[in-house]
Amino acid sequence: MLRGLKESFLVALLAFVLLLPLAGVHTGEVVGSMALEWRWADTAIAAALILLGRAGLAALAAGALPVVFAAGLMAGTGALFITWPTAFLRCAAVAGGYALALRALLIWLEKHPVHLAGLLPPLITTAKRRLTNFNTLGAFLFAFVIVMPFLPFSSRYLLDVGIMVMTYIVLAWGLNITVGFAGLLDLGYAGFYAIGAYGYALLAQYAGLGFWSALPLVAVIAVVTALLLGIPVLRLRGDYFAVVTLGFGEITRLVLINWTSLTHGPNGISGIPRPALFNLEFARQATEGMRPFHEWLGVEFSPVQRVMFLYYVILLIAVIVGYVVVRLRHLPIGCAWEAFREDEIACASLGIDRPRIKLAAYMLSAMIAAIAGAFFATRQGFVSPESFTFNESATILAIVILGGIGHPVGIALAALFIVGMPELFRGLDQYRMLAFGAGMVIIMVWRPGGLASTRQPIAKLGAGAQETP
Amino acid sequence: MAGVDYFLQQLINGLTLGAVYGLIAIGYTMVYGIIGMINFAHGEIYMIGAFITVISYVVLTAIGVTSLPFVLAIVLLTTAVITGLYGWSIERIAYKPLRKAGRMAPLISAIGMSVFLQNYVQLLQGARVKTLAPVLQGTIELSHRADGFVVSVSYLQITIFVLTLVLMSAVTALVHATPFGRAQRACEQDQTMAALCGIRVNRAISLTFVLGAVLAAIAGFMVTLYYGVVDFYMGFLAGMKAFTAAVLGGIGSLPGAMLGGLIIGVVESLWATYVNAQYKDVAVFVLLMLVLLVRPNGLLGRPSVEKV
Repeated sequence: MLRGLKESFLVALLAFVLLLPLAGVHTGEVVGSMALEWRWADTAIAAALILLGRAGLAALAAGALPVVFAAGLMAGTGALFITWPTAFLRCAAVAGGYALALRALLIWLEKHPVHLAGLLPPLITTAKRRLTNFNTLGAFLFAFVIVMPFLPFSSRYLLDVGIMVMTYIVLAWGLNITVGFAGLLDLGYAGFYAIGAYGYALLAQYAGLGFWSALPLVAVIAVVTALLLGIPVLRLRGDYFAVVTLGFGEITRLVLINWTSLTHGPNGISGIPRPALFNLEFARQATEGMRPFHEWLGVEFSPVQRVMFLYYVILLIAVIVGYVVVRLRHLPIGCAWEAFREDEIACASLGIDRPRIKLAAYMLSAMIAAIAGAFFATRQGFVSPESFTFNESATILAIVILGGIGHPVGIALAALFIVGMPELFRGLDQYRMLAFGAGMVIIMVWRPGGLASTRQPIAKLGAGAQETP
Repeated sequence: MAGVDYFLQQLINGLTLGAVYGLIAIGYTMVYGIIGMINFAHGEIYMIGAFITVISYVVLTAIGVTSLPFVLAIVLLTTAVITGLYGWSIERIAYKPLRKAGRMAPLISAIGMSVFLQNYVQLLQGARVKTLAPVLQGTIELSHRADGFVVSVSYLQITIFVLTLVLMSAVTALVHATPFGRAQRACEQDQTMAALCGIRVNRAISLTFVLGAVLAAIAGFMVTLYYGVVDFYMGFLAGMKAFTAAVLGGIGSLPGAMLGGLIIGVVESLWATYVNAQYKDVAVFVLLMLVLLVRPNGLLGRPSVEKV
């Protein structure tokens, strides 16, 4: 107990020292004019909060569960009614207090399962099994996604978020082939996404192609790029491959910014045509040779129709990509990828041509990214290099890994979490990215294998086969 | 504009930049060497170092300390100590629990940490660029041309060269001739065996992070004095180039990191002058790809032995 207290003080002291220069001193806009402002109080309060939190954790470890539970609950509730210097400190105090109480409760529940009513445990296990059986969950989600646009609470905003989440699901499933199946780390996936988006934008602008006719061309461009980049690069060891892909992503973005005569540089390309359904267009007035959709259906024109159409287009793409990804895992090449991922040397001694299967994974990933990119361009009607930064690659990679490498439904849930959640909390815009970063660290520390971790290879040698470390 | 003098001037500028990249690259290369992880938050540590430099400088001048060498010494010390503590805390919070969790988990944790730190600094210190008035002025003229072009080295550039040289020798000595260095190299080779020999593996790893953070902090200090501007996003590109430098030189190799940094600084500077400024970063990455194709382990890297 004493040791815990001492440690808490040390942690608080460390936090104070760390916070002091960055939080304790606020420098004005122009440092030369010496607009200095000290914020001792805020820093001291933050350090005190950390002290209390750490002490609470120490008390938990010492077994004082009821005390911590009551204190956490009281502190969290009390913090709601005190005036704090900043809103952030209040949020931290309230969340910290309740988190401690919750943790105490969870530990207590773990230690005293007998105290629960006889009915509760089987109910919980059933619910847990149902929910963790991701295939059942996936089926429910899928049914919901299909009917969502027609449900009463659906709105244009919700549809937009849905489209965005599904775009990321497609991207993450695509990246999953390289990262999840073949175990190669790709840090420049946004490069292919950009190639798809700009490929369609430029084909539409210079060749006058529509979305559906440009789609296969864009896919071919991405595959050829991946081939040209992959042939030399895939000889490299895993981590060097990661660096080169990182460089590729950056180069693509820099070229898009700087090749102004073709791409209009940072201003981007606007006026990208929207997709049509055969000869039906989703606009008030159709162009020559086309018909407006609302006229054909005999209803009033509404912009929501187009959003709904886009929603179903990306749903269709997602279903096809999902099907391909699930089937790929069971094909010989899927087994070869997993063999490669689990043990490179053993894989080579089985006579598997490693560069070739690596290239196949990389090209397939690139193709899917390009398709998602073309969809992104047609949905936005506008592309600019800003949309394809390293953050984009990192977000997609985070989805794949949070989702539990290789698990399609887990990845879909992770996409919902990573893309959907910040979208819903747009009100807290300031702290959105801060929470995003912290959330990534916390989830990784809490569940290093991702939300739905399945690393079990499809093909295995009997029950006695051991997983390689 | 062309001529030997002009080339020389750009070379000096490029080497200055390269020294900074090299110092950051050492942090990448040492961390990679010991736990095989790309520490994506390392660029952010450099950014934090730059911010602490500005803030402590402003605080010191505001409370009326006027002697410049004294101010700079205190600023350097504060920056190094606090940023080192940041490095230690980051490792403790985000990487240590993931020691046994494979390759991907710490990487994602590091990317999360990098996003967190960027936004943390942005929220606390604002998104605008902060500027610091020029501190150490004055130059030494090396040569004078008839048309008035002067090749010069500023005192600041000399300070950067000297500081980098001192730090490089210190780190080399630390790694090759101290108990910590021995422990560190042992952990690099085989952590289990090192632990069996009584080496405190976790402590060696933590200290490696602290050492990397201190070097990045000093790089941040030098850049702040040299360019006089800091912003919360500066760590990203610098970190990426420093990492490229580490890979170029052969990851895991200390002289390699410095060499890679210098090459990248010079290439960037010369490319910006003679070809075009917009594509200087593209040139750096293309160079990296070309080098890796010819020498897959980097310039000074040892070929990796695949263990079964």
